[in-house]
Amino acid sequence: MYEHLETADNPENLRRVAIDPVSRVEGHGKVTLLLDEHDRVKQARLHIVEFRGFERFIQGRPYWELPVIVQRLCGICPVSHQLAAGKAIDQLVGIDPDKLPPSADKLRRLLHFGQVLQSHALHFFHLASPDLLFGFESQIGKRNVIGVLSDYPDIGLKGVKLRKYGQEVIRVICGKRIHGTGAIAGGMNKALTLEERDYLLEDIDQIIAWSEEAVGVIKKVHCSHLPYYDEFATIRSNYLGLVRPDGALELYHGGLRVRKGEGETVLDHVDYCRYNEVIHEEVRSWSYMKFPYLLALGKQDGWYRVGPLARVNNCDYIDTPLAEAARVEFKAHGGGSMVHSTLAFHWARMIEVLHCAESIKHLLHDPEILGRDLVARGEKRFEGIGVIEAPRGTLFHHYRIDENDIVTKANLIVSTTSNNTAMNESVRQVAATYLSGRELTEPLLNNLEVAIRAYDPCLSCATHAVGKMPLQVELIDAEGHIADRMVKHGDGSLERADDA
Amino acid sequence: MPKPVLVFGYGNPSRGDDALGPLLVEYVQDHCDTDGIDVLIDFQLQIEHALDLEHRELVLFADASVACEAPFELNELEPALEIGYTTHALHPASVMAVYASINKQRPPPCFLLAVKGEAFELGESLSASAERHLRQAESFIEALLQNPRPAAWRSKKFQSRPLFDKIRT
Repeated sequence: MYEHLETADNPENLRRVAIDPVSRVEGHGKVTLLLDEHDRVKQARLHIVEFRGFERFIQGRPYWELPVIVQRLCGICPVSHQLAAGKAIDQLVGIDPDKLPPSADKLRRLLHFGQVLQSHALHFFHLASPDLLFGFESQIGKRNVIGVLSDYPDIGLKGVKLRKYGQEVIRVICGKRIHGTGAIAGGMNKALTLEERDYLLEDIDQIIAWSEEAVGVIKKVHCSHLPYYDEFATIRSNYLGLVRPDGALELYHGGLRVRKGEGETVLDHVDYCRYNEVIHEEVRSWSYMKFPYLLALGKQDGWYRVGPLARVNNCDYIDTPLAEAARVEFKAHGGGSMVHSTLAFHWARMIEVLHCAESIKHLLHDPEILGRDLVARGEKRFEGIGVIEAPRGTLFHHYRIDENDIVTKANLIVSTTSNNTAMNESVRQVAATYLSGRELTEPLLNNLEVAIRAYDPCLSCATHAVGKMPLQVELIDAEGHIADRMVKHGDGSLERADDA
Repeated sequence: MPKPVLVFGYGNPSRGDDALGPLLVEYVQDHCDTDGIDVLIDFQLQIEHALDLEHRELVLFADASVACEAPFELNELEPALEIGYTTHALHPASVMAVYASINKQRPPPCFLLAVKGEAFELGESLSASAERHLRQAESFIEALLQNPRPAAWRSKKFQSRPLFDKIRT
């Protein structure tokens, strides 16, 4: 659709603008634009500086360390990595996902629902809502969580408390907020006590009510700005994700389903242990991050989207009543077919928050959640593959071990990698539609960031030392000289640097 | 009920010197009298951490820093919106600002103990210099927590770096 903007014909004659790093996404990414003499965009790319060294970090470790070690890859969704690794090492001790003791399976699901709930709440209320509530090109000093808490205190506070509740689910199951040790090979290492169950039940009805309100907020925002919200950064894509055997929305364990933009099902209920037969990854010279594609559709057309929009588009129904009603309304908005609006990621994300809240309540009332039979063992295997639907989309962990139980091979495909081509397409759409031919300003450039943020990319850079990561926007002329340079200060204001 | 003092170290232990904050908190757990002191470790600061400041009389954040002077700096914080260029980088002053927005009141006195780090790659261990800075910061934090009062921490004794050696001896 906008592939012609991936690589310009004569880049040497064009000016370059960089947004580095993109703000309010997890980690470090940058956007570069090449402009001609009339400020028309000739090339637009999203670069991700991350993921190098993940596999190296894991190789050489004993497999039983993996659920704990992989949490350190990412400070944003450590539980997702814990559970994907947990599912993979289940297989290393001979346990397939459907053979896990029921109490262990339910505890893992409860943990996962808590993780998805807190991650989605953080993204929506903290990162996305400033743009959505104040406008993409509104005053930058307002576009932040404090602005939301000031002007929309009710919404802001509920966001903080939803996030906190999800973190409490994680803390209770894993023993602490981070570095917890919930999943182990073949099950879980700690049962939920009656007191812990009752503690989590205390607030769950409130959490469900707030989640339902959040769906209402994003639906109202989206529908109040039609057709803009339906068109902004919007691309037609394929969608990939897990579904349950009966087609229901599934976040923890299921088969792979792929649907094309028109809704046609390409793959269904594929065992994710065969993911290598379904997905390949392409390397491009200008990006550290790979570009996965579906073999069945080929390199050109096989790129796809994952995450909330893909999951809600792909599933046949949701097994919790309030979220299902919200899904039906969401699909009706798309005329019953696939919803391609990139900003609809936010809407789908809140439907999933509601599903998580309802599912947490359901699980807490299930007597098996208190069970103490938590570990199963089988015959050792040398290869394990774990796949879950992480908050940002399908997450693949694949390990091989040797006779001494040491990891000899690790392969991870994280959700943000799967969305790489799609994010680039959205960036190019926004650059071509809203930026081309206009003088670039911070509010205008924020449109690019809004498009990227809709995907909630996690660039997995859980280091944050004070003083790192300044933001600079540089304009470079055809000779490679810096023609202009702007610096973004801590209060969000922009200042033209004197040395440009 | 939360204890009156909170020591909150943050950072990713698997990213080299980013582990400085969590390691300092582990030192407090193992070597200091924690009657009246809660300790907390997390990868990074986020909006919900504002709720961890509630019902506190004094808060000490501990973090790695590339910007501070070696071996470490102690500074009192004021609530301020520091827009993180990445969302995992909420500054403690921003957590205080979130607290103020939620509670419509000033947060408790908060200090940041920033320990100088230089290498933050995934899978790396502490750099040699960070190791030295950590040892010095451990002695310092022990002295701080023997006198957990805002007025004391604001005193020249703790704010003036040349005196740090005297404190340790």
